[in-house]
Amino acid sequence: MSNIRLTARQKTSSRFFGAVGAIIWKDLAAELRSRELLSAMLVFALLVTLIFNFALDLDPGTRRVATPGILWATFAFAGTLGLNRSMAVEKDRGCLDGLLLAPVDRSAIYFGKTISNLAFMLIVEVVVLPVYSVLYNMNLFNTGLIVVILLGSIGYIAVGTLLSSMAVQTRTRDVLLPILLFPVVIPILIAAVKASSGFLQGLALTEVMPYINLLIVYDLIFIAAAYMVFDYVVEE
Amino acid sequence: MHLLEKKMKPQPISLKMLNVVSVLLFLAALGMVFLYAPLEVTMNYVQKIFYFHIATGWVGMLGFLAAAAAGVLYLVKHDQKWDIIELAAVEISLVFFFITIVAGSIWARPTWGAYWTWEPRLTTAAILEMVYIAYLLLRQGIDDSDRRARFSAVYTLIGAISVPITFMSIRLFRTIHPVVIGTNSSATTGSFDMTSKMLVTMFFALFTFSVIFVNLFWHRIRLGQLAEQVEELKLEELQ
Repeated sequence: MSNIRLTARQKTSSRFFGAVGAIIWKDLAAELRSRELLSAMLVFALLVTLIFNFALDLDPGTRRVATPGILWATFAFAGTLGLNRSMAVEKDRGCLDGLLLAPVDRSAIYFGKTISNLAFMLIVEVVVLPVYSVLYNMNLFNTGLIVVILLGSIGYIAVGTLLSSMAVQTRTRDVLLPILLFPVVIPILIAAVKASSGFLQGLALTEVMPYINLLIVYDLIFIAAAYMVFDYVVEE
Repeated sequence: MHLLEKKMKPQPISLKMLNVVSVLLFLAALGMVFLYAPLEVTMNYVQKIFYFHIATGWVGMLGFLAAAAAGVLYLVKHDQKWDIIELAAVEISLVFFFITIVAGSIWARPTWGAYWTWEPRLTTAAILEMVYIAYLLLRQGIDDSDRRARFSAVYTLIGAISVPITFMSIRLFRTIHPVVIGTNSSATTGSFDMTSKMLVTMFFALFTFSVIFVNLFWHRIRLGQLAEQVEELKLEELQ
């Protein structure tokens, strides 16, 4: 008896992960063919670093202090661009309605979109980091920094995916996402900038740990919250 | 016109009484601040702003909590009345936190030497204002009332979770904001020991502003209901 129940549960869970996987695959395949999202995000991210170079007059002394801030501002701006586009594509071509009609749990859509958005953001970061290292002659290949970037991006995208699926359903959608998103991701930006600069300055792990913990807590809380409320956002 | 007359209800007598009570209490609180509470030794008259600074901050906090609770209740019950309550709470909280920030700045200039410092409570209050403004912009962008209510409730919830985390994350730095109630560290500037008269005045101001909060909240909810009726009437006329 319990065996049967177990297999039934396994079936639902495998169907859930199947749906999540299908959405990720769809997004990645579409992106691989059009490359419109990634190329826009990448060019934008590089332009933002360029602007910071002139805005802050980045001599070697300033660079050391300003680099974490520049990196995170760049990721945040490029991130909103990607989030907006990724959700707008779903909405414009009626794909979202199709996804909602599919007999799967709605949260599978959320997790699928979140993971593919995260993949795009990470790809941008993977390109920006070495370019930044070369342009400013700084070594950014630091395990701690990479962990911080991963944790920060997860939190940013977890909230961003939820809010962008709200923003695309409004009249003012293109301008609304950053306005909705930035005030609620401030903990991520504070903790990520502080932890990044800690790692880049080679501080002891105990001094950086509070910020890493904050990032982990934020990620967990917001993934759980978004999972719970996503149904209300796509409900018709 | 006849439809409006039929549906428009005048203010209930209890609300009218509360209006009078609020005004009287406010005048009494003002009197207590300037006549009853003693002058603070080092900060003199500037410290008087503290009573209303605390009290308006308290009302802002009440509004913040009320909005979060109303948001959750809306998502659970799907009743439009919680949306009206949530909007009322957000608007009141927005205005009162703004007053708190302005009053705090006026106090901060002579005490800290600057109108603004990037201190946890100040910064969190400012970010909360941003969340509220984003909330209002979100509402403005949606025509369908059901969707507007759902999205607003979700955003209130996200804001209610993120703002305390923001506060904690900024607090990881050192703070110079005085902690007037409870433990007082010598590192803060502008702290002072309260005499019993000051305490009485502070609690009276808190009480006064709580009453004012209830009064405004009631008015704003009533306004929301009336606005909803107007919408219904417009729809009736159109059909």
